[in-house]
Amino acid sequence: MGKILGLKCRECGKAYPAEPLHVCEFCFGPLEVDYDYEAIASRVSRETISQGPKSLWRYIDFLPVEKEATVGIHGGFTPMIRAHRLGQVLGLDNLYLKNDTVNHPTLSFKDRVVAVALTRAKEFGFDTVACASTGNLANSVSAHAAQAGLKCFVFIPSDLESAKVLGNLIYHPTVVAVEGTYDDVNRLCSEIAGEYRWAFVNINIRPYYAEGSKTLAYETAEQLGWRAPDQVVVPIASGSLLTKIWKGLKEFERVGLIHGVRTKVNGAQAAGCSPVATAFAEGRDFIKPVKPKTLAKSLAIGNPADGVYALQTARETQGLIEMVTDDEIVAGIHLLAQTEGVFAETAGGVTIAVLKKLVARGAIPREDVTVAYITGNGLKTQEAVAGSLGEAVYIEPSLEKFQRRFKLK
Amino acid sequence: MASRKVHITFPEDRIKDPVIYQIGHEYKVVTNIRRADVTEKTGWMDVELVGEAGEIERAIAGLKYKGVMVDPIERNIIE
Repeated sequence: MGKILGLKCRECGKAYPAEPLHVCEFCFGPLEVDYDYEAIASRVSRETISQGPKSLWRYIDFLPVEKEATVGIHGGFTPMIRAHRLGQVLGLDNLYLKNDTVNHPTLSFKDRVVAVALTRAKEFGFDTVACASTGNLANSVSAHAAQAGLKCFVFIPSDLESAKVLGNLIYHPTVVAVEGTYDDVNRLCSEIAGEYRWAFVNINIRPYYAEGSKTLAYETAEQLGWRAPDQVVVPIASGSLLTKIWKGLKEFERVGLIHGVRTKVNGAQAAGCSPVATAFAEGRDFIKPVKPKTLAKSLAIGNPADGVYALQTARETQGLIEMVTDDEIVAGIHLLAQTEGVFAETAGGVTIAVLKKLVARGAIPREDVTVAYITGNGLKTQEAVAGSLGEAVYIEPSLEKFQRRFKLK
Repeated sequence: MASRKVHITFPEDRIKDPVIYQIGHEYKVVTNIRRADVTEKTGWMDVELVGEAGEIERAIAGLKYKGVMVDPIERNIIE
């Protein structure tokens, strides 16, 4: 028996075979991969992991693939930065940044989930992969499909900015610009996924795809010296990333790789799209869908699939979920770049701004080992900060003018 | 016959309306509620709609016209 027992409904617990399925036929709840943790525990140790590849695949024993990695073999194992200067500004002595702005190959954490999804899709024998995306996911699926030699369909709303379309076209997928509202694109993709035998990464492959996010937790624990942090701050879009980071820490504890996990899992949303943060603030256990209006486009999911589970995770771990305005997001991007030399996309600005807020209100004590997840590269969303930057200092090509301009003489 | 799994969200001002009953009468679709949580303030339902494809489309448009939100069972999949 391998490490994968099958799929299991998160709501009613009904078991399914490990196939390209994602919804429980009985209660319509989402399916999740069910593992044989005894089998995993019997073959992993800190030593075996340390000797593995310097990529997310060093944790292959915890990932839902049957054979070796075939797609995205260089993804993950991104730097864990000890953020002294940012910590000093915020009032934290043990702040770390998990820096997925340099993830391979498309500079966002999506390279983790897509590597796992496409490796699994190849195991299933799919020759075509697809996704619906306005940014990072499309980039990652397109790039990985190119590397894997898979046919690729990317669905986007027809009014998407041309720069974002270009970022996909370079990998030569078929980009389908759907004329209609965001909801129309969403509905069409759900229908297409049910119609064709394609690996739609965030629909019928979602149970496998989502598991790739756990590698952020594994790397966090290993890079901190085999321990769980006291606090994490995670951006929330679908809510999957936050729940999987918690799942990853608990799995490491379950198989004995780390001990005493008491991490508070905090979530971060933009005020312009905050269905989960609002539900948290109002004490609700369900999500009221919203129409997104924020510059943090990569987090703009108005009816998040895993929003309820993100809520549950934050409450279970005594974490908090906060929201920040667009101005605070831009300030967060600036602060991170100025103090740590990391240029994050808007989601990173959300994370840093919420981190700042949580520290200011006393929710994260100075001494807590805290990890903030920076999930995408700022070069992808330069427009977000374009209006808030200083200008270059123009001088004539003369040493004297230079010295006079900067009062160096 | 086609079938579609949808997630329906009720705003507070539509909680008292029997929209699932009405849709079953106004369109040739069978409604099958699989999971739900409805309170006096708001609520949601996971529902299967079974019927001819075009009639399901019309029923979904009818639901939206009645003021409830209708999403695929997967919710938002554009990431």
